[in-house]
Amino acid sequence: MGNLFKIAVRNLLRYRRRTLLTASLITIGVVFVLVFISVSGSFKYMMIGQLTDSMLGHIQVHRKGYVASIENLPLNLNLKAQAASKLTDVLNRLPEVAANSPRIKFGGMFSNFTESTNIRLNGVYPDREFRTVPLLTSRIVNGAKALNRGDIIVPDLLAKGMGVKVGDTVVVVATNQDGSVNGKQFKVSGVLESITGPGGRDGYIHIEDAAEILRMEEMEISEVAVRLKDFRGLHDFEEKLGGLLAGELNKQGKPTFEVHTWENLSPFYNIARMIDVMTFFIKVMLIAIVLISIMNVMVMAVYERIREIGTIAAIGTLPGKILAMFVIEGFCLGVAGAIIGDLVGSVIVFVIDMSHITFDFGRQTGLILSTKVNPEDLLAISVIVIIVSVIASLQPAFKASRMEPIKALRHV
Amino acid sequence: MALIVAENIHKEYRTGEISIPALKGLRFEIEPAAFVSFVGPSGSGKTTLLNLIGCLDKPSKGKLTVADTDVTVLNRREGAVFRGKNIGFIFQDFNLLPVLTVYENIEYPLLMVLEVPPRERGARVLSILDAVGMTEHRDKYPDQISGGQKQRVAVARALVTNPRLVLADEPTANLDHKTAFMVIDLMKKMRDEFNTTFIFSTHDEKIVGQAETLYTLEDGELTVRTEKGGTGNGQPV
Repeated sequence: MGNLFKIAVRNLLRYRRRTLLTASLITIGVVFVLVFISVSGSFKYMMIGQLTDSMLGHIQVHRKGYVASIENLPLNLNLKAQAASKLTDVLNRLPEVAANSPRIKFGGMFSNFTESTNIRLNGVYPDREFRTVPLLTSRIVNGAKALNRGDIIVPDLLAKGMGVKVGDTVVVVATNQDGSVNGKQFKVSGVLESITGPGGRDGYIHIEDAAEILRMEEMEISEVAVRLKDFRGLHDFEEKLGGLLAGELNKQGKPTFEVHTWENLSPFYNIARMIDVMTFFIKVMLIAIVLISIMNVMVMAVYERIREIGTIAAIGTLPGKILAMFVIEGFCLGVAGAIIGDLVGSVIVFVIDMSHITFDFGRQTGLILSTKVNPEDLLAISVIVIIVSVIASLQPAFKASRMEPIKALRHV
Repeated sequence: MALIVAENIHKEYRTGEISIPALKGLRFEIEPAAFVSFVGPSGSGKTTLLNLIGCLDKPSKGKLTVADTDVTVLNRREGAVFRGKNIGFIFQDFNLLPVLTVYENIEYPLLMVLEVPPRERGARVLSILDAVGMTEHRDKYPDQISGGQKQRVAVARALVTNPRLVLADEPTANLDHKTAFMVIDLMKKMRDEFNTTFIFSTHDEKIVGQAETLYTLEDGELTVRTEKGGTGNGQPV
């Protein structure tokens, strides 16, 4: 086998310019794909991180039917205290869970005593919420990065529109599920940067304040956001939690809970899917580039060496060995293109990372593009290139191996 | 027992509806360790006959036995195996592999065809390199040596597998006379040393005289067999 590689490499070096051109084409393809995957992947994971770590959490658990009506923030679909307690017990037992945070979500009127507007609010336990969505504090652009009873953190658009600032006193008025209206004074403790997506323009108050405004006799919960220790285990955990909660049935014998990952809750998931689709098509383009260049070069190689093929066939070289000789040439070209492409691509990705390129997403500006080369991507791209190189060499190699020595020797 | 037995060999080439006879009912026998030449003008069928003997082609009719094997029934793979074990080839254009050195060209059939173990392979290549006087050029590539040297390497490559038969189609056509005689002398010397049967085709009158048995081909028919210092001189076949 070593001798076949030796002959293949020497034959490639024999046509240096052609080999260099083909390898360069493959290299450019690999570099392009690698940089695209790194940049788009970095953008995708950064945005997912922004969404899950500053607002959504990785997974949310609701009472069955809540998500379908989530735009209305239906108080009648909150989890009752007993169900919420059960859910918390289950989550606390699971080793995959890093933190969880119960929330009461409701809509109300926000007044600065001169004018009023609508507001959507999350009632949370601050410590649990900050552990579940750790980037939430980084969104607080003004004021304390904390939330005490009697405090309200208001979204920046609302603060700007209503002319309120940190330290101002405001009133929140809400209607509970029985239709009873209640109000409570709050002190603005912080202003929250808005982000794209559902819940991105919500304000925050303490959960006990929320229960008080809504006149809850027992604490009812709209949702529980969950943060996992390992985000890569998201779908396994979703399945596991779904299985554990499936046994919890309501009085009608229907499931009490529904489990959703961030993907079901954020429209950004569709953008992430689009990025994946684009990545797939970029890979298809790479396959086409490699396939065409290798096949072209191998067809040329066979055509130019017909007499040599005739000679080695006449000497007694078996067709399988002739086939292997040409396939190994294609393989070596693919390996060379993949290795050089991986190296150049990695350097370019590193340079992009070091350049601290910024971009905007929705109302978020100045996000720094942090590109990384994923070893799995390197491996996948290299394997694709090498396999396609071998496949592209097969037809010319097969033709060479099936050549009649007598005809090949006559070739001029 | 004869190394090659040809019985009523016919070969026709078809071009569309037209059939062109290249060989017409050849009959002959060639003994082991013979030094035989087929001569004749261009188109007389010399190369066609050598191709048949070398299992590179099959006769349209007749039976051809080489080294006790009916070569007309061998398939592609069996033919390759048979050639690798029994036949060496010397080509008019030398046909050395340009990416291999002199040493590697000679080693090629041992390595890639017969898969001889490294130690034995090395010894055989060095021995044949010495026999053809190319030891000092062993690390050169074909484009770094002369035509005569290339043909010596080709002779060495043909002989390194210890074949029973070496076929040479116009082996001296691309060489000057002095080099051509040197190559023929080398082939004879190799025949004497290794007891290998040499069959070559030529139309060079001066080289023709070097053969011990001479068959003349005209229009696909063997017309005359001549044996140097033996029977059959100038007799019709």
